[in-house]
Amino acid sequence: MVGARPWLNILTHVILILGVLIVAFPIYVTFVASSHELEALLQTPIPLVPGGELLNNYTAALTKGAKAVGAPVGVMMLNSLVMALGIAFGKIAISIIAAFAIVYFRFRFRMTAFWMIFITLMLPVEVRILPTYKVVADLGMLDTYGGLIIPLIASATATFMFRQVFLTVPDELAEAARIDGAGPLRFFWDVLLPISRTNIAALFVILFIYGWNQYLWPLLITTDESLYTILIGINRMLAAGDDQAEWQIIMATTMLAMLPPVLVVVSMQRLFVKGLVETEK
Amino acid sequence: MAGINLRGVVKAYGKTQVIHGVDCTIVDGEFLVIVGPSGCGKSTLLRMIAGLELITGGEISIGDRVVNDLEPAERDIAMVFQNYALYPHMTVYNNMAYGLKIRGLAKADIDARVRKAAEILALDDDLLRRTPRQLSGGQRQRVAMGRAIVRQPSAFLFDEPLSNLDAKLRVQMRLEIKKLQKDLGITSVYVTHDQVEAMTLGHRLLVLNAGIVEQIGAPIELYEHPATLFVAGFIGSPAMNLLPARIGEDGGRVELSGGDGLPLPPGRFAAHAGRTVTAGIRPEHFEMVADDQSNGHGVARLAVDVVEQLGADTLVHGHFGTDRGVLTVRLNGTQDLQSRQVLPMSVQPELIHLFDPDSGRRLGG
Repeated sequence: MVGARPWLNILTHVILILGVLIVAFPIYVTFVASSHELEALLQTPIPLVPGGELLNNYTAALTKGAKAVGAPVGVMMLNSLVMALGIAFGKIAISIIAAFAIVYFRFRFRMTAFWMIFITLMLPVEVRILPTYKVVADLGMLDTYGGLIIPLIASATATFMFRQVFLTVPDELAEAARIDGAGPLRFFWDVLLPISRTNIAALFVILFIYGWNQYLWPLLITTDESLYTILIGINRMLAAGDDQAEWQIIMATTMLAMLPPVLVVVSMQRLFVKGLVETEK
Repeated sequence: MAGINLRGVVKAYGKTQVIHGVDCTIVDGEFLVIVGPSGCGKSTLLRMIAGLELITGGEISIGDRVVNDLEPAERDIAMVFQNYALYPHMTVYNNMAYGLKIRGLAKADIDARVRKAAEILALDDDLLRRTPRQLSGGQRQRVAMGRAIVRQPSAFLFDEPLSNLDAKLRVQMRLEIKKLQKDLGITSVYVTHDQVEAMTLGHRLLVLNAGIVEQIGAPIELYEHPATLFVAGFIGSPAMNLLPARIGEDGGRVELSGGDGLPLPPGRFAAHAGRTVTAGIRPEHFEMVADDQSNGHGVARLAVDVVEQLGADTLVHGHFGTDRGVLTVRLNGTQDLQSRQVLPMSVQPELIHLFDPDSGRRLGG
């Protein structure tokens, strides 16, 4: 684009490669550390080539976990998965229905409802965490999956996004469906959902990662080790007290924690990009 | 199959009234075209028949049922939209079958109907399997009509179905729609702003202006006897020339504002003698004559400004005498004319239309 100057080509590649190295290096170190024995990691300098304990460390992490925490990482991953999926599907379900109501029905205080949802965009989880905790505690949902998932489901962002998506759907489509005899729910199910498919996929990727990376909320409401999510687990592993933290297990757990979001992004990348850029309905 | 009856139909949005009482009877099998400039309320009127807009006042019946409070699906109509409104994620086949599926028809029955419609519209199997995205504009239009046909409704409603097509395709689809309507014999209401489309398609035209019906009648009737100034100016291309004028004291002559005069049919305007009027003369009704023909009183002198050669005919833009208003004259064949040339013109008396300039109504029947 700038022109075919070889030194410029080399320069841009050097900068790009440097950037990749800077981003990738900590991940590489984590990976290397997860393949050594604890003793090797306690020396300086720490090793920079993979060791031979890879399989042992990962098996130990998945089945037994660290000594400081009573739950194996396998269980934690399952908890994280349940929570992330619950939040992603819950948010999509709730917000797509809310957006459907706001865009396609003319009820009293419609705009009021929309603006109230919109205003909550300004309140992140952390701001309303104390009242939410109180509510969840009073409902007896501490240390349950419900308590982990439900308070995080209400989503103004997703509602807003689906509203924008629905607004790009031509009115005539809804009218054609009305003439075809499709009631509101059939229209929603047969027409609106399929044509929002890519947007749902894009949102799913974002929300899955959001749910997977939740830290403060699960930290607050789970005390039962069998309900720990993987991020909480990593944190608890570090707090080994007087014992030596088992770094090889912690590093293996960290790698495992990275895996599902990466898988989701990679496998849904095509739909994800399509959902964000596609405008034609 | 059924006729459609509109009685005093009114539409208002809040306090703003946009349709001011439309009365019209569309008989079974008729093709009625609602025509008017944009914003005149023609689409609103159609959507009220379809049931997509609530009816503020009056009554609409399809067949012998009053449909005011019926859902669109219960009115037994099918509609073709300007942007086709095909379901983008369904194949052509499913687009046509969807409405039938909802109505709970048997699979075999649906298949038979879709195949038949596809055959009528020359949509082959390969096309039936595609999605609307993979079709051209004309094909999408056909599918939209197919979706209407499979329902076997008592009326078709068309909302400017051709305006998204290019000029050539529009002419072709226009013929197809006309033929289709004739073959199926289904009552149709068609909305357009294009008067050529209206003239060629409709058995009758309903000219709507600012929510008021100006005239309802057969295309030729509207052309030959426009009831109002609006219809006169709207129907016909190029548009009718409308000139400020005065009827002579004896009622036998109309004095144009440029100073010239033309003869009127004897007796018809006697009651209006001396009145200020708007004279309407179609461009194609002017005849070039030798200057001293018709005894000197039947000639208006056209000063030529611009000449447009179209091959089959020639459009001359000019003005009469001292009048600065531009008018258009259409002459047959190619004419060797120069700017600033003065052409003597005559018009057959019966082809001069006179209107009341205030009310816009036609004078002299």
